[in-house]
Amino acid sequence: MMQQQELIPHLFRTEYRKITAVLCKLFGIEHIEIAEDIVSDTFLLASELWGHKGLPENPAAWLYVAAKNKAKDHFKHDAIFNQKIVQQLGYLSPKTDEIEIDLSEKNIHDSQLQMLFAVCNPVIPPEAQIGLALRILCGFGINEIAAAFLTNKETINKRLFRAKEKLRQEQVKIEFPGNNEINKRLENVLTTLYLLFNEGYYSAGQNITIRKDLCVEAMRLTHLLTESALANTPAVNALLALMCFQSSRFEARTNQTGETILYQDQDTRLWNRELITKGKHYLNIASQGDKLSKYHLEAGIGYWHTIKTNSPEKWENILQLYNQLLQIEYSPIAALNRTYALAMANGIPEAIVEAEKLDLKNNHLYYSLLGELYLSEDKTVAARHFNKALQLAHSIADKTVIRQKLKQCVL
Amino acid sequence: MKDFLLIFRNDPGLMPQESPEEMQARMKKWMDWIGNFAAQNKLIDRGNRLHTAGSVVKPGNIVTDGPYTEVKELIGGYTLVKAESLEEATEMAKNCPILLVGGNVEVREINPM
Repeated sequence: MMQQQELIPHLFRTEYRKITAVLCKLFGIEHIEIAEDIVSDTFLLASELWGHKGLPENPAAWLYVAAKNKAKDHFKHDAIFNQKIVQQLGYLSPKTDEIEIDLSEKNIHDSQLQMLFAVCNPVIPPEAQIGLALRILCGFGINEIAAAFLTNKETINKRLFRAKEKLRQEQVKIEFPGNNEINKRLENVLTTLYLLFNEGYYSAGQNITIRKDLCVEAMRLTHLLTESALANTPAVNALLALMCFQSSRFEARTNQTGETILYQDQDTRLWNRELITKGKHYLNIASQGDKLSKYHLEAGIGYWHTIKTNSPEKWENILQLYNQLLQIEYSPIAALNRTYALAMANGIPEAIVEAEKLDLKNNHLYYSLLGELYLSEDKTVAARHFNKALQLAHSIADKTVIRQKLKQCVL
Repeated sequence: MKDFLLIFRNDPGLMPQESPEEMQARMKKWMDWIGNFAAQNKLIDRGNRLHTAGSVVKPGNIVTDGPYTEVKELIGGYTLVKAESLEEATEMAKNCPILLVGGNVEVREINPM
């Protein structure tokens, strides 16, 4: 049995997000704060009461009852709320007894999905979408969100406040999108979940626990989409496959002191086989559609990276996947990775010619790539590129990696 | 940046009979060539190949039907790219795989309406 000091934060994460989603759905986007306050009050009450009297038999059920009562109290005491909002909600009689707060598994599930669609809305900036998703759908504290974004509480509070304000102004509805707009809306949701995952996977932050949590949460929310008949599209499965393949290397890519271990130096025994198997499973499902998304291509690349042994087949496949990916959506990182794949598939001289045509001269990764390509050709030139990369790199982790590469340039 | 249309022409009569492996190798050259532009963020539209079948409509309701396999310079496909100048676009066309099978590339700047 979990100790109380562990249980409350754990319940806070899992139950906070469930109850908040249901109450947000009930109150509407204009009253997210009321929903949040009610849930926060409930947990405050729980931690006080449980501290004195010990844990109730079923803590989750206790929280549901307490939250329901607080919500009903709110309806009772807030006259304006009764007159205006409850009527808007469609209740014939605003009697508090008749307000049904449905905390069934199905309604929790539906409410979370509907909130996901409401929050991942391009009327608010991507980092605000991620922040709100972390707060409302993942039950993260403001401190944790601040740590994830490498910023402070005030910035996050302001960002979330503005985002909620904007959602209110735009009168965003907490509901499932209609059939004719589902694909467009789903695209937004996937973009946000992809960014949330990347925030955890590639962040410069040193807090490994927070970073891992972000990846886990992105995967949980993506998985939530696969459980819904409406949203279980090939692209969603492709994104989930990509996340599985990437996160399978989570344990292998940092050492005890938190330094980055590059792919080729990783101990494959630390790769998570279960996640790789899951990734293949979702990639199989993803391949059933007729639309090729960028997530399909990235998941394909991710799949080939789960095979560490270099082979012409591996790199030829990765190169062609990058060729296609760049046609769907250009990004500097994809261009650089594609050029590395070109070197592995077609040889270093051809890749150097193409690398020098890339206009990415303010990107430290560009010079790291050139350094890497020149390592076997000309160590002096390689060193010059790595030194340039070192000048442009910001994070300690990046600089450490580049310094290690510079050591390989010594003749 | 300006937009350019690259028009690929070749003589279908000169196309060698290919084994599946040879065809795959030729396709790879195209994919890598297009991929180079995509990596430079200079690809507007990969474009497409064209079938040899077709028709030409002329004044007076005169229609001539293809296929035009006997034509020496048949348009086989097109691609849209971005470049600073005609010189740069011309430079980009110099590695086109169509040149390896005796074809040519016409480079034309798009003149937007």
